[in-house]
This record gives sequence, structure tokens and C-alpha cells, in this order.
Amino acid sequence: MSLAALPLLDQAVLVLAAMALFSAFALLAQSRLLAAIHVFAWQGLLVAAVAALMGAASGDVNLYVSAAITLALKVLLIPWMLHRLLRRLALERQADPLAHPALTLLAAAAIVVFADWVAAPVAQFEHSATRNVIAISLAVVLLGLLMMVVRRQALAQVLGFMAMENGLLLAAVASTHGMPLVVELGVAFDVLVAMVLFGVFFLQIKDSIDSLDVDRLSQLSASIEQDEEPEPRP
Amino acid sequence: MMWIVLAVFTPLLGVPLLALLPRARVAGWVNLGLSALSLAGALGLAAQVLMHGTLAAHGFRVDAFNVYLVVLTAFVGLTTAVFSRPYMHYVHAEEKRVGARGMRLYHSMYQGFLFTMLLALTTDNLGILWVAVEGATLATVLLVSLYRTPAAIEAAWKYFILCGVGIAQALFGTVALYFAAQHVLPAGANGLSWSTLYAIAPQLEPRVMVVAFVFLLVGYGTKVGLVPLHSWLPDAHSEGPTPMSAVLSGLLLNVALYAVVRMKMLTDAALASSATPGLAGHLLMGFGLLTFLTAVISLHRRRDIKRLFSYSSIEHMGLMSFGFGVGGPLATFAALLHMLVHALTKSSIFVTVGHATHIARTQRIERIRGLIRTQPAVGWGLLLGVAAIAGFPPFGIFTSEFLLLAATMQAWPWLTPLLVLGLVVACAGLFRSAQPMVFGAAPPGQYPVRANMLPVALHLALVLLLGIAIPAALAHWLDQATRLITGSGLL
Repeated sequence: MSLAALPLLDQAVLVLAAMALFSAFALLAQSRLLAAIHVFAWQGLLVAAVAALMGAASGDVNLYVSAAITLALKVLLIPWMLHRLLRRLALERQADPLAHPALTLLAAAAIVVFADWVAAPVAQFEHSATRNVIAISLAVVLLGLLMMVVRRQALAQVLGFMAMENGLLLAAVASTHGMPLVVELGVAFDVLVAMVLFGVFFLQIKDSIDSLDVDRLSQLSASIEQDEEPEPRP
Repeated sequence: MMWIVLAVFTPLLGVPLLALLPRARVAGWVNLGLSALSLAGALGLAAQVLMHGTLAAHGFRVDAFNVYLVVLTAFVGLTTAVFSRPYMHYVHAEEKRVGARGMRLYHSMYQGFLFTMLLALTTDNLGILWVAVEGATLATVLLVSLYRTPAAIEAAWKYFILCGVGIAQALFGTVALYFAAQHVLPAGANGLSWSTLYAIAPQLEPRVMVVAFVFLLVGYGTKVGLVPLHSWLPDAHSEGPTPMSAVLSGLLLNVALYAVVRMKMLTDAALASSATPGLAGHLLMGFGLLTFLTAVISLHRRRDIKRLFSYSSIEHMGLMSFGFGVGGPLATFAALLHMLVHALTKSSIFVTVGHATHIARTQRIERIRGLIRTQPAVGWGLLLGVAAIAGFPPFGIFTSEFLLLAATMQAWPWLTPLLVLGLVVACAGLFRSAQPMVFGAAPPGQYPVRANMLPVALHLALVLLLGIAIPAALAHWLDQATRLITGSGLL
């Protein structure tokens, strides 16, 4: 099935989804935090555009609402909050380079193939042309997960978390024309609260270890568990 | 409907109320009162379900499976509030580890947590279920870091990230489920309503359901504490305030498992005529067994008392998952009963542990010694609690574990030795730590506290009662729930 044979609208959705996937790669590889926040905002915009396009195609008001929520939350509010945090923590120039960039990107490519394989049974079952979007959205979710694993900076991990949410939204919009409104609102509320809490945490972590390098957090619990202090005889 | 509102939304009212209430001492009482109101609502709801059967209206669904969990949640919420009032007052006023703002946050989020739990249990909408379970993480994450120590902040971060990642997978699973439903349901039907989905489950596309279930299992399984993603659990339990550990272990894990089982019911029905009808059960069995065995080994050589018991929680959640995975009326009945007795026992243990850590002023096992001499009530509470959780007769956990073993012997005989071995190793691990804590020679510098052992006594008495004779109404419910899950009853 060639892209050109599809109706114009499907083509547009596919292109936008592919760009969202590309932005997930960009997010993964971007070492400068400020630029990563911008990439994240672009990704949100792409997802919102997909939702709005699907809304235009189906005439479903629900999809417009979810496009609006995404625009407000993922493109404007959350990047703005992250910006403020970055300034407050004086991290604007901070870079968090990947330890093994080539390996990470290879893993990311493997994840895309894996996502395609996982989504294959779902895609077979779907007859509309947007079926590939399900595989793409799963790939975006898993790439966000990968980002949370490989990044050491707490802020970069949060971006990974939020990128996962973008992927989930893409899945919901593309495959099911959006979840019911009440669920959509609930999810948006949870994401917003999560973002506020992340902000609180950054300050707490910064206070506690004077850095946002999460690797330094993991040594603490190791010392609790493997404390080699001899047991006093009762 | 009135009872649902009373049970579920009383705690929601408490969230802003307690956040604004400046007096910590009053807040403790208000917290208790709200929890009591919620329990009253839950009991009313239970009476109604007992008389009229399943209640489904306005997006809520209360049937035999969740009604007993609603009562359990409200009950443990109340008894933990009873414990939490003097405990947190001590932490606030004597130890000065938490300031006035921290206390406001604590009480407000305690009610917030109860609200999310009760909402997750009573809602019929799988999307709302997801929102509520995620909300539970958000409500508790700041409580884990309440003491603001580096270890507490680390634990809270880990909890947040791991559960956030896990729960995102569950949302993908929910989307996939919705997707499958949309192809069967007419336009305009609510494809996320569990009742609707259950009615049409046999028509759901099996291949999509497999994908959905795997994601849902990974997602909610993270919250259950299933093994590859369990590492948040001991951290969050050990670093947060003890009443939080009690409700996390007693309630949150159960609710997450409840979500998994609801999904399994849909998946089983959808896969019934496919090539792999038992796939969901086998997955649950595998993860359950792995979790159980890993936790059993981890029970040994713990140094932190709260970590010890949180590994024990993981162990029991593994057993329950295994039980639901085995399927069949006997194993399901056993797992349902186990959910009940484990929640009661484990929250009573955490209450006792809270007192013990105040007596010894440390959480390190090797410095907690001779509780039975310093403060006999706490010592006995810990001893009986450990005996109950290790599965000694005549406590209820013995009954449920015995039933589970019997069911395993029928269905998968060659797995029985593994289970028995695990239970013995777990018992050894628990007593190895608990015995010196209870009977050892108390070092100088112990600080007897005013311990309110009423919640512990009440919980253990109930567990004992459940071990000797399950009340007819409860047995009826459990049987109804078993019938709902497996299609055939036990009694």
C-alpha cells in the first residue's frame, strides 16, 4: 500500500505521526535540556495536530477537545513550567550527554521494530489506513521509557515520562477517536498534578544532593541494604 | 446510591478540609471522623448489595467481588486513622520530624488516598479506574518523602518514576481494550464500561485482547509489586510514615490486583474459543510464582524492619496472583480470602512496627530487641502478627494458603513442592528476624510509648475469626465473587 494511494487526510495523519516519532528520537538524543524541552513542545504540537485532523475528518467534537487539552497542557503549560524550573535551578546551560549515544539509538531503532511487531495483530484487525499510527504511538511510548532509563538527569527523565503520555494520547486519538471525555479530563488532571509534583521533587532533590543527577540517588538505598556493619551480639 | 456517595466522596471532602485546617491535633480527629463516616457508608453499601444484589448505576458498579474490598478498604482506613492520630502527633510534637505544613499535607493526602482507592474499587469505567490508581500514586508520593531525608526523597522519586512508567503501560492496555470494544459495540455505547465489556467479552478480538492484557498486567502489576518492577515497594514502605506503609500494603496492592483480575475476567472470556484460552491465567501464575520466590529469598538478612515486612507483602501479593492465575473456584476463593486476611494482618503488623520503631527509636532490626519486656503489648502484637502472616493455624492466612495449596495440588501438582518450600523459607526468614526482636535482651535506652493496640487486637481477632469460622454472609460474598470470576461457585 503506497502512501500516495491514500486519501489526503490519512496521508497527513501518517506524516504527522511519523514526525512525532522522529521527535521522540530527537528528544532521546538531545543532550541540552533547554533544547529538549522545545523538542517536547513540538511533539505535543504534532500530537495535538493529529487529534485536530482526526476531529475534522470525523466531525467528533470530543477530538477537538482533546486537541485543545493537549495544546494547552503539553505545548504551553508544561514546557513553560519546565522552563521556569530550569531557570530557578540555574540549569539552562546544563547538558546531559548520553553515555553511549550510538548504542542508545540502535536500541531505539530496535524498539521501533519491536513496537511494529507487537502492534501487528492489532493493525491487521484495523482496516482504516491509520493503522500504522498504533505501532508508531507504541514506539513513542517505549522510546519515552528508554529515555527514562538512559538519562541520569531528573529533568530529562520527566521529559521521557511526558513523552510517554504523548505517545498514549496519540494511540488513543488514532485508534479509538479519543477516550470518553471524562477519562480524557482525568488523565489530563493526573498529568498536570504529576508535573506539579515533579517540580516539588526537583527542589527536594536539589536540596538533598545538590544536583539533579539521579544516579547519585541510587547509591543511598544500596548503602541501606548492604550495610556491612557487624551485628552486635544480643 | 446514597451509600456510595457517603463511602466514596466523604474522603474527597476531607482533602481540602484537612489541607486548610491549621491545628494538627484537631486534624487527627477530623481524619478519624471522616474515615468512620466512610466506613459507615461502606457498611450501608454492603447491606444493600447483600439485600438487592449487584448495584450498577451512574457509572458505578458494586458487585460481590468489590463490595468486600470496599468494606475492607474503609475499615483499614479507619483503624489506621485511629493509629495514625497519636503516632503522627508523636512524630510532629516529640520527634519534630514533620512541621505543621507537613501534617496538613499528610492528613489531606491520607483522605485523598482513601478517596482514590474507593473510587477505583467502585467505578465501572476502566478509564476512571486508571485515573484513580494513578491518583493514588500522586496522593502518596509526597507522603513517602514527608520526612525529607535523602533516603526518603530517593524512595519517593523511585516510587514516582517506576509507578508512573508502569501505569502508563496500563493506559496503553486500556486504549487497546477500548479499541477492541469499539469494533464490537454500536456507536455511542460506552466501550470502557466494565459491565458492557463483560457482556460482549466473548466477541472481543482475541489477538487485540492478548496485547491489551499484557500491557495491563505490566502496568497494574507494577503497583501490585510483581517482580521485575517491584523495587519501589520496599523503599516506599520503609521511608514513608508508618501509617502510610500500613495503608499501602493493606489497600493499594489489593486494589491494583483487583484491577488485574477484572481485566483477566474480560481476557479469559475473549480468549475462551481461541488457541490459547488460559493465557492470562498462565501469565499471572508465572509472574506470581516468580514474585513469590524472589520475595521469599529477599526476606532473609533484612536490616530494616519495615523493609522486611514489605518484602513479606510482595511475597503474599505473588501468592494471590498465583492463585488467581491457577483459576478454578477453589484457587480463586483462596486468593480472594487471602486478599482479605493479608490486608488485615499486614496493616496490623505495620501498626505494631510503628510502635516498635518508636520504642527503639530506630528501624534497624538489630537494635530492636526485647519488645516483650519493654512493652509486652507491642511484643505480643508483633509475635502474633508474625505468626499470622507466616501462615500458622488457626489464623486466617493458614486457611487461605491451605486452600491455595489444595487447589495447586489438583491443577498443577508439580508446583506444590515449590510453594511449600517457599512458605517454609519465608517463615524461617520472618522468625529469624522477629524472634530476637520480641524475646532478645532489651538494650538500655528503650523508650516505652503510649501504644494504642486496639487496631492490632481488632485486626488479629478478625483474622483469627476468619481462620476458625468464616461468617456466612462473607462466605456467601466470596462465593458469589468466585462465581463471577470463574463461572462456578465453590459452596
